[in-house]
Amino acid sequence: MNCDICGKKEATVHLTEIVNEQMTKLNLCEDCAREKGAQMEEHFGLSELLSGLTDMGTAIEPEVAITTTCSNCGLTYQNFRKIGRLGCSECYETFKKELAPLLKRIHGADRHIGKVSLKGGKTIKDTRTLQDLKVQLEKAIQVEEFEEAAKLRDKIRDLEKKTKTREG
Amino acid sequence: MKVNLDDFLKKDSEWLKGTGPNSDIVMSSRVRLARNLDKLAFSHWADKKQQESIMNAVFDVAGSVNYLKDAQFIRLKDLNEVDRFFLVERHLMSPEHAKDVEFKALIVDPKEIVSIMVNEEDHLRIQVLQSGFNLMEAWRIADSIDTELSKKLSFAYSAKWGYLTACPTNTGTGLRGSVMLHLPSLVFTAQIGKILQATAKLGLNIRGLYGEGTEASGNLFQVSNQVSLGRTEEDIIDNIERIINQIIAREETTRRTISTKNREALVDRVWRAYGTLKSAHIITSNETIALLSAIRLGVDLGIVKNLDRRMVNELLILTQPSHLQKLEGKILNSNERDMKRAELIRERLK
Repeated sequence: MNCDICGKKEATVHLTEIVNEQMTKLNLCEDCAREKGAQMEEHFGLSELLSGLTDMGTAIEPEVAITTTCSNCGLTYQNFRKIGRLGCSECYETFKKELAPLLKRIHGADRHIGKVSLKGGKTIKDTRTLQDLKVQLEKAIQVEEFEEAAKLRDKIRDLEKKTKTREG
Repeated sequence: MKVNLDDFLKKDSEWLKGTGPNSDIVMSSRVRLARNLDKLAFSHWADKKQQESIMNAVFDVAGSVNYLKDAQFIRLKDLNEVDRFFLVERHLMSPEHAKDVEFKALIVDPKEIVSIMVNEEDHLRIQVLQSGFNLMEAWRIADSIDTELSKKLSFAYSAKWGYLTACPTNTGTGLRGSVMLHLPSLVFTAQIGKILQATAKLGLNIRGLYGEGTEASGNLFQVSNQVSLGRTEEDIIDNIERIINQIIAREETTRRTISTKNREALVDRVWRAYGTLKSAHIITSNETIALLSAIRLGVDLGIVKNLDRRMVNELLILTQPSHLQKLEGKILNSNERDMKRAELIRERLK
């Protein structure tokens, strides 16, 4: 079978495309397939999918956001929309308002609970414990377990003092 | 720097040995961690000078990591195209990593268990490959390498969002766990479509290793997690394992049913595949993959006794285009490859 595009070389790649709900089958040679592949990537890549996700949140994405630029690496929010990749770790801080809902949509969660990096690991672990304790405290108050609540309150106070001295 | 890939050609990668838990159905397990250096532009956004300093920073410290003592440090610009795709075919790096190679690098240990892509989309992609169903072990190794590296490199990390990566789909743990499955009987009995759908609904990606969707040739599928944030690493791995275990169970039951109720048809299919591979003089990569799949099933079910899984795995890799060209020591066009491939297979199945 010869290639559907050049009609010269033998077709070794078989492609199924869906355009306007019509399925078409293409038989291509290696060269034409490569060219076709490049075109398809342009048509539909990860960046399109991501910008689809960000589009859903136009309400929380005011005009200003588009022109915001990361001072560390120079990436604009528009760049991010186009390439679907951030420019550096600081971008996460620069675009945090826009990224928070996006991350939530991708992962269904917006807080890391996995491995703690060595860098400032102790503080992070304490912060996490602190969050847990506060949740427990709220629950204790709700069910009127005041003795338990008092204990938790003391624990929270101690931990907060500890992290403050370390930071100070 | 002297790079020698011929050593790889002479021996099998650890992951091709065909051993480890459930190795009749699970070919290999892989864990990869995405890591970046704090504040430096991510590799895709960095200029050449930044890319070079990232590469040097990683090269400076990686040699001291326990698992990488005897590793090769390869600058991809020192390799020709065949050699680069040779590494892709061995699953040591992604196809993207073989393009725009000026400051891209690969660090790989001699057993081919650990490899680190430097300056792919992220500064580091730490990858650990295991034979069979061994994801947790792969994670443990990757975890320890990451910990060792983080003593010397300052990785981008936020308390709220975890490890910060170029693409927000990897943020958090930066972890992608994937498992390569051989599911001939699920394909044969047309159950695979349902399995693909169900798996996707459970938050996992599933795709054909060669080819796409239900038309995956060789009946080889790769399953991996989609979500990397909001779960612990162990949880992510555990979730993949649970779902894979169910797929394995289904494939096993179906294999049993076929080999009792449809024995003759199965035996016929396996030996026809064997016969074709043993006698063909011209054979494409796709046909080879499909026939090797039938033979692998025959080995698993005790129909073919003169071959083992390792030999079938080896043929699967050696018959890939770059491996053939490397064996032959020269560039071959597609027709020449099809002949060389047939010759190699005939030789091995003698």
